[in-house]
Amino acid sequence: MSVVQANMHPLDNYLRTERLPHVWCSGCGIGTVLGAYLRAMKNIGMDPEKTIMVSGIGCTGRAAGYVKMDSFHTTHGRPIPFAVGIKAARPDLNVTVFSGDGDLFAIGGNHIIHAARRNADITVITINNFIYGMTGGQLAPTTPETGITTTSPYGNVESPFNLAGLVAVSGASYVARWTSLHVRRLEKSIEKALKKRGFSFVEVLSPCPTAYGRRNRMRDPVDMLKYFQEHAVVKHHINPLEGVIEPDKDFIVGEFLDAEEEPTFEDKLWEMTKKEFLYTSQAERTAWILEHRRHLETLSKIISGRGER
Amino acid sequence: MKVEVLEGHHFLSGDVAVAEGAIAAGCRFFAGYPITPSSEVAERMSRRLPEVGGIFIQMEDELASMAALLGASWGGKKSMTATSGPGFSLMMENYGLGMMTETPCVIVNVQRAGPSTGLPTLVGQGDVMQARWGSHGPYETIALSPESPQECFDMAVRAFNFSEKYRIPVVVLMDESVGHLFERVSIPPKSEIEVIDRKISTDKKRHIYEPDDDLIPPMPPVGEGFGIHVTGLTHDERGYPVITAEAQEKLVRRLVDKIRVHADEIIDYEEFMTEDADVIVIAYGISARSARRAVIMAREKGIKAGMLRLKVIWPFPSKKLRELVEKASHFVVAEINNGQILVEVERAIRKEAVFVGKMGGEPHRPDEVLKGIEEAVK
Ligand SMILES: Cc1ncc(C[n+]2csc(CCOP(=O)(O)OP(=O)(O)O)c2C)c(N)n1
Ligand code: SF4
Ligand SMILES: [Mg+2]
Repeated sequence: MSVVQANMHPLDNYLRTERLPHVWCSGCGIGTVLGAYLRAMKNIGMDPEKTIMVSGIGCTGRAAGYVKMDSFHTTHGRPIPFAVGIKAARPDLNVTVFSGDGDLFAIGGNHIIHAARRNADITVITINNFIYGMTGGQLAPTTPETGITTTSPYGNVESPFNLAGLVAVSGASYVARWTSLHVRRLEKSIEKALKKRGFSFVEVLSPCPTAYGRRNRMRDPVDMLKYFQEHAVVKHHINPLEGVIEPDKDFIVGEFLDAEEEPTFEDKLWEMTKKEFLYTSQAERTAWILEHRRHLETLSKIISGRGER
Repeated sequence: MKVEVLEGHHFLSGDVAVAEGAIAAGCRFFAGYPITPSSEVAERMSRRLPEVGGIFIQMEDELASMAALLGASWGGKKSMTATSGPGFSLMMENYGLGMMTETPCVIVNVQRAGPSTGLPTLVGQGDVMQARWGSHGPYETIALSPESPQECFDMAVRAFNFSEKYRIPVVVLMDESVGHLFERVSIPPKSEIEVIDRKISTDKKRHIYEPDDDLIPPMPPVGEGFGIHVTGLTHDERGYPVITAEAQEKLVRRLVDKIRVHADEIIDYEEFMTEDADVIVIAYGISARSARRAVIMAREKGIKAGMLRLKVIWPFPSKKLRELVEKASHFVVAEINNGQILVEVERAIRKEAVFVGKMGGEPHRPDEVLKGIEEAVK
């Protein structure tokens, strides 16, 4: 048994403890999911110094401010292209996007499908709380039909996105969906997502008692968890189209997709650069190789077919 | 032959020259989305960057391009994008994120005529104020305006140097005429091109936004255990959000001041026949070429005309104009919009100037500018 220092939380080394307490409401699921993410990192021995977290704007987007690693809190909807840029520049680093459903699928919806299509080697965790939490509970592209929000006071007339299904058919390498109740399995899935080379995505259904539950007969945080418990059906590798979530009906959680690893977007970019680039002097070439040593080491592993982080 | 710096004499378009200038300045990352009349910049970069050890990505839109630039810049690469009006509009939010997070990068805007889709293939100069104020909130900007392919090369280098030195997104405000103009471009040997790189932080204990005496904080690398946090929210020197008026005053005041105190190093203009001039034309980009000819035509007619050509548009050379207004009595502004730099000129000289504007689609004919000069001295 490992000895834990008194007063110290096992994840303290992964958190900017000086920034706590956090902004999240009591009963909010975001902290649970961030905890699972950090434990997954710890379990697989992923080095926080070599890991970058990028968030957008929203309650979920505040996660980047609490993790003890290089972290970026960008603009609403744009964490994915920001992450694509940083990963292309530094393919030797692990890059995670942690953001909300509105951020990644409404205003930023275009970016997630393109990052998946390119198979960019980033891990995306999204909190699906069915709502725009931070701005006080407006309609999200995930709000179930009939959902009451501050901008759909008479009920929602739109159909929600099936997030995991959408990403699964867009070209991702790994896709899973859990709820904040399935902490263990969520943690395992995040481990897999982090280890996966290529685009990986984990959707987590999560309670927002303040902005969603309150208006939708789930005022008590426990009510939402009960709903998850009663309706979540674990099933793996389904047809992604079966992943729709309908009011008061059962919905599927589990691993949607775990594809064979293929060269990532960054592998291909750097392979092309390595093939084409040519400096006039040997000294400059050596300098370039030294500068990009880490990228090239990763690259040669990929080329030999044994890509590992 | 593949080379890093395309040394020697070449016959290049402005779009290609700006790309070559960027590479000479050390640009190693480009993210963009095709748009006329800037696509040639992206095309050139897609061919050239892999040759020099860089990365080119065609993103899904300009929102993504601008976000990727900022990411790559924090990843340690000198980064650039190229666009035109509609794309520039889409970049504005993350242009502001670049200001707030002090992220070096260069945006080339080859201006076409707007508003909206406007005249995609024809010239405009209507984005001057957008480069200054296009993103919300108070900040200072740097924008350069080349009048020839040669200057596209030179100013790309300078834009990167400014952006690295002052940690700010810098705009190269070209126009369609200059972008598509082919002329001789002389590129000096690599060793003669001054290239400035950002100050890198080496002290892990130092706060990420603790400035030096020049008001510019050194930039920490990522992936080296600095544990930085970077946010577009108002933040303190640790980089942590602080939602108060005091924090806003302290941070944004510094962001503004870091450019203002260095304005004299940044501002650049050409004076053409201004020593004894009675009437001075203010112009930039392609309009300056028509204005130069108009000044000569006026001199031939016995009018003491001169030109102040803005090579750097922002920061604006107010001091210089206040100096000129002591000597010259009349001012003319020629630009391809409905009066953008005109407002700045009139503010600086504290009186009206004659405005020779065009809504876009073609550069001024020299006689159009001449008419403005004649009207001014009448
Ligand atoms: C361009 C832009 N539009 C709107 C906003 C306002 N805004 C901030 S967060 C947010 C929604 C967040 O919802 P979601 O991404 O689901 O995150 P949550 O708060 O639910 O975790 C909105 C609309 C913004 N910051 N920027
Ligand atoms: S508003 Fe909702 S999502 Fe935001 S912190 Fe509160 S419970 Fe969580
Ligand atoms: Mg949400």
